[in-house]
Formats: sequence, C-alpha cells, structure tokens
Amino acid sequence: MSLFAVFDIAGSALGAQSIRMNATASNMANANSASSSIDQTYRARVPVFSAVMEDFEFEPGPGSGVQVDGIVESQAPLRKEFRPGHPLSDDDGYIYLPNVNAVEEMANMIAASRSYQTSVEVMDASKQMLQRTLTLGQR
Amino acid sequence: MPSLDQALGIHPQAMKLRAYRAQVLAANLANAETPNYRARDVDFRSALRDADPTTRLAATRPGHFSDAAPGFGGIDLQYREPTQASLDQNTVDVAAERARFVDNSLRYQASLRFLDGKLSGIKSALRGE
Repeated sequence: MSLFAVFDIAGSALGAQSIRMNATASNMANANSASSSIDQTYRARVPVFSAVMEDFEFEPGPGSGVQVDGIVESQAPLRKEFRPGHPLSDDDGYIYLPNVNAVEEMANMIAASRSYQTSVEVMDASKQMLQRTLTLGQR
Repeated sequence: MPSLDQALGIHPQAMKLRAYRAQVLAANLANAETPNYRARDVDFRSALRDADPTTRLAATRPGHFSDAAPGFGGIDLQYREPTQASLDQNTVDVAAERARFVDNSLRYQASLRFLDGKLSGIKSALRGE
C-alpha cells in the first residue's frame, strides 16, 4: 500500500530537517565562540542532503526519501580580530572568531522549519486518506 | 452476469493510482532541498488507461506478451519541466507540489465517496428492502 510509504518518505524529511535545525542552532550558539588559534576555532556546519537511492532489486518504487549524507564544515575564512585585552588572544594580540554568517543561518532556519511543516501536513493528509479508506463500505 | 468489479467501475484503479501518485509527490516534497534531485510525476491519464483491465491486451495463449502493469510497477514516471532554474539543479517547486498533493488527495477522496456510494447501492440491492 503506497499510502503507508508516504509516512516513511515524509518521516525521512522530518529527520533531515531536524538535523538541519540542529546544525543551525549549533552555528548560532557558537557564532561568537572565540579562540586563540585557527585550528581550534568553530566552523559553521552544514548538512548535505541526498535522495535515498531506490532498491532496484525489487520493484522500483515511485518515491524515495531524503537522507543526510554527512555534515561538512564551511570553508569560508574565519574572522580575525585584533583584541590584545582578550584573555584568549594569541601572542600578536589576535583572536579568531567562527565563520558563521548569521543572515544565512536565519534563512536556513526558516527554510528548514517550513520544510518540516510541509512534511507534517503531507503526513496529516495521508492519515486522513487512510482513515477514510478504513471506513469504506460501513454505511 | 456483470461482476462486482464492473459495478465498481474505474474507481478502485483510480484510487490505487492516486495513492501511488501521493507517494511520488511526497518524495518530491521530501527532496525539495536535495541538490540534483529532479521532481517526478505520473502521467495520470495514460497510467489509468493502462491500469483499466478492459483496455489491456488480452493474453489468451502462453506465448502472448502481457502489457499488464503488475501493481503499477510498470508506470513510467516523468520528470517535471522546471519552472525556475536553481543553482543546485533541483527542480522541485514546493508550492506547486503542495498544491498537487492536496489536489491528488481530494480526488482520492472523491473516488472513495463514489466507491462508498456504489457499495451501499449494492448492499441495498442485496437486501431487497
């Protein structure tokens, strides 16, 4: 019954979008985590999505869910600030700040929450379709 | 004597196909932000024509080919023509896909109502009240 598969597909989207929200929350929380060396500085994390490959050994299905392939760190340059009074400043008086772009993160957050809502609505509609089907012929 | 299948008409096949299409559209929505994903859809008219047993080729001898689509496994999905180019080659238009999903589920429920009506008609004919 393909309507039950809708729950798997929409469920995979819920999982993927919540991972994206987690990454965004982590990026925003660490936006100002200073450090004294380039290597130790937090870098913005971005999840990479890919469509789940269908299993062609059996009947090829019509749809596939989404999965998170991995989390990559942004390669944008870190912010380097001259703050000699900062407790974490290096010998030259510089501190390093994460390459988190707050505007990008906010846009990401909005997109993730909209996608999440869409998946919930898809599940709700499928649930209604199934419930109506279960009452078929009872009148 | 007409069989029960004939009494129910095209609606059982239509419902099956609507459920299948719901899955395709849900996959499009799930992959709305997957790079390189291309939105797909069912050509409903031709798929329903293929699913209708009265329009299928009859296999009357062992050597005959069957064009029957078992459980809609043989339905071709077609790629949607993108309306707007996107940088990551994704062709899902979320608003349009959502509209199609809602449209599809309403049409599913319409078929369901028809089927319900037919079943209650058959029931009252059987009771003979």
